[in-house]
Amino acid sequence: MRVAVNKIIPFSSVDGPGNRTAVFLQGCNINCRYCHNPETRGMCRGCGVCVESCPKGALSLETSEEGAAVVYDETKCVSCDTCIHVCPFDSSPRTALMSPEEVYGRVKKQIPFIRGITVSGGECMLHPDFLCRLFALAKADGLGTLIDSNGTVDFSDFPELLSVTDGVMLDIKAFSGEDHRRITDHDNKTVLKNAAFLAERGKLFEVRFVIVPDLYDGEKSVRQAAAFLRPLLSFGHFRIKLIAYRSMGVREAFSHCRTPSYEELCALSDMLREQGFDDIIII
Amino acid sequence: MREISMERVEKTREEILSIIKSAELTHEQKVTNLANQADSLLEVLDVPEGLDGLLNVPQEDKCICDLFEGHAPVRPRYIVPDYAKFLREGSAFLQLPPAQDLQEALDFLLIMYRHVPSVTNFPVYLGQLDDLLEPYMDTVDEASAKKMIKMFMRHIDRTVLDSFAHADIGPSPSRAGALIMEAESELEDAVPNISLKYDPEITDDAFALLAVDCALHCAKPSFANHRMFVKELTEDYVLASCYNGLPLAGGSYTLCRLILGGIAKRAKSIEDFKNKQLPYVMDIMARYMDARIKFEVEESGFFENNFLAKEGLIQRDRFTAMFGLVGLAEAVNILFEKEGRSGRFGHDEAATQLGVEIMDIIWDFNESHVNPYCEITGGHFLLHAQVGIAEDVGISPGTRIPIGEEPEELIDHLLVLSKFHRYFPSGTGDIFPIDLTVHKNPEYVLDIVKGAFQKELRYLSFYSGDSDVIRVTGYLVKRSELEKLDSGQAVLQDTTALGLGAAKNGHILERKVR
Repeated sequence: MRVAVNKIIPFSSVDGPGNRTAVFLQGCNINCRYCHNPETRGMCRGCGVCVESCPKGALSLETSEEGAAVVYDETKCVSCDTCIHVCPFDSSPRTALMSPEEVYGRVKKQIPFIRGITVSGGECMLHPDFLCRLFALAKADGLGTLIDSNGTVDFSDFPELLSVTDGVMLDIKAFSGEDHRRITDHDNKTVLKNAAFLAERGKLFEVRFVIVPDLYDGEKSVRQAAAFLRPLLSFGHFRIKLIAYRSMGVREAFSHCRTPSYEELCALSDMLREQGFDDIIII
Repeated sequence: MREISMERVEKTREEILSIIKSAELTHEQKVTNLANQADSLLEVLDVPEGLDGLLNVPQEDKCICDLFEGHAPVRPRYIVPDYAKFLREGSAFLQLPPAQDLQEALDFLLIMYRHVPSVTNFPVYLGQLDDLLEPYMDTVDEASAKKMIKMFMRHIDRTVLDSFAHADIGPSPSRAGALIMEAESELEDAVPNISLKYDPEITDDAFALLAVDCALHCAKPSFANHRMFVKELTEDYVLASCYNGLPLAGGSYTLCRLILGGIAKRAKSIEDFKNKQLPYVMDIMARYMDARIKFEVEESGFFENNFLAKEGLIQRDRFTAMFGLVGLAEAVNILFEKEGRSGRFGHDEAATQLGVEIMDIIWDFNESHVNPYCEITGGHFLLHAQVGIAEDVGISPGTRIPIGEEPEELIDHLLVLSKFHRYFPSGTGDIFPIDLTVHKNPEYVLDIVKGAFQKELRYLSFYSGDSDVIRVTGYLVKRSELEKLDSGQAVLQDTTALGLGAAKNGHILERKVR
């Protein structure tokens, strides 16, 4: 079982509590307009556009019976990111097909400096079997396990995975289905179902809102979501994270949206506190 | 006392006049520098043959450096008084009774600091502040305690004008310790340097996270591996000056340093370095240190006459000495180049391994060299990874990986360090500027510290990429004060000038942000 891995960050301070190794899987099933890592969305089709653009000759095209594939020479790469900027398919030639065991080999080096791993994407829930195996390996060494997900895959279908998962960091891109579709090309029925399902089982670690004033009414969305989420607090604590849209990494067409001010996010945070949420982080 | 030439006298007179006329030195800094000039005219030490060619040569050829201790040491370099005894019993010389409440404890400490000498003329150790103050915490209400401690910390910053002044807290959580960190977070001052003695079995996470938060505000406290220090120096150890592990109620007579890159330049090959050049220089430096210690103990009269010794606040037989070194990275890289090999220290496994082999040689030498006045440490000096001085160009502190060559990933950096911290009971440390986002996740830093201490790292410092107070090498400065000094204005603290040199020569503002 091998999946495309976009990258592995040995020490991450922004993918869950404490220090964690973060694993980013390649490929996503929705299309958030403001995606901050658009190069993780698509799968490489071997078109070779990046090969011609690489200023350091770190990429080459190899053809076999299965078709063309881009080969990446890590030693020549200077991380200028030209390849991902020119990719017509929101992909990256710097991915690697890896098994859970291979990924875990890269995680293990960080013990005892990390408290756990977080798998993100792309959308990592497109590969539940892979996650299940990786997390079982991590659990055996006493590491924590978190999933970072857009919530469009139904978690109730994967009880075995949940048994080795400490928690899920779930995005609610918008509370209204219509807004959600407009932002992501996908409705949010499963997202909200997952929020309730995970909270009931004590597996909802964090709910996240990315605030993009130019795209949708964040205040309304967060207020409605809060009313929906508040009863779920009775099953146990979860954190709310309010994330300001920033243009960094965003595709050109969507990179001109306004970044909300810190004060705007504070106002949302105050509203959430009034509703009984006590663990709120603004990023 | 040996005679000196008139040329040297003349040169010193010129130096004296330029100190007097300096626009950049405060009055206190002038007095200190004038004293150093006076002392430089003496020749009283029985120095070993060969020292001159290693010590008094152009910067690029230097193999030994004695860190401005002067020609006739008038006091030990680092003095570590037993402040608890002082507060408990008072001082006849200072005409002070035992302290009765928090106000007296703080006041008496400030009085005492004025009278503790060191190489900088300011105390390099200010006490285990939380333990010193905790017994008095119930003598005032919480709000008063907070205000008094904050005023005390500010008073230290404005009067102990040197950020080698070092206070300790931990490992046990305490109200006093928490208030000290709260005050420091608010003040954002450079002085004092602070260490948290950290042991995850004793220090709870809440207290340790206070320390992380405080460090992200003002670059302190640093984290000291308590278990490691206790194993080597017993519970009665302190962290003084930069990060120096030393016996309480004692200190260090002297600190000299091997400039390993300079020694590597003398060597024809790795074998020549290991078997001939390094042993030759180590032997001379050790005997030079012996001579300094002999003068301090047998001739200076310090231990007979200073009130700290007379009142039992320090004890001669609790002093040791620090056998320092800098530039392991450069030594390894120079030796590799001489042998036509391409790897670099901190990146290439064989190069790093050569660093380990060099450290083993230095360790073994130190274990075989005996000084009669270092009883407290088994008759041996303690190895010390010196942090460098402002004049150092192309010399990395201790065993650090040079700034600009840090491994891309912090994990790789830490794994290299874990091979080297174990050699230095009298101190080593590494420094990491941290990205702002960590303010939201202080556990990130604490996880790294916990892992590092399991891997036998000894001492770690963190500061926020954007804070005004930053750690230069082993001491702290405010960026705003650096700028002031750089524009030609006098500044309050002596260490700011050192920091400016380190910024220009040592590139300390260019560390990789983690």
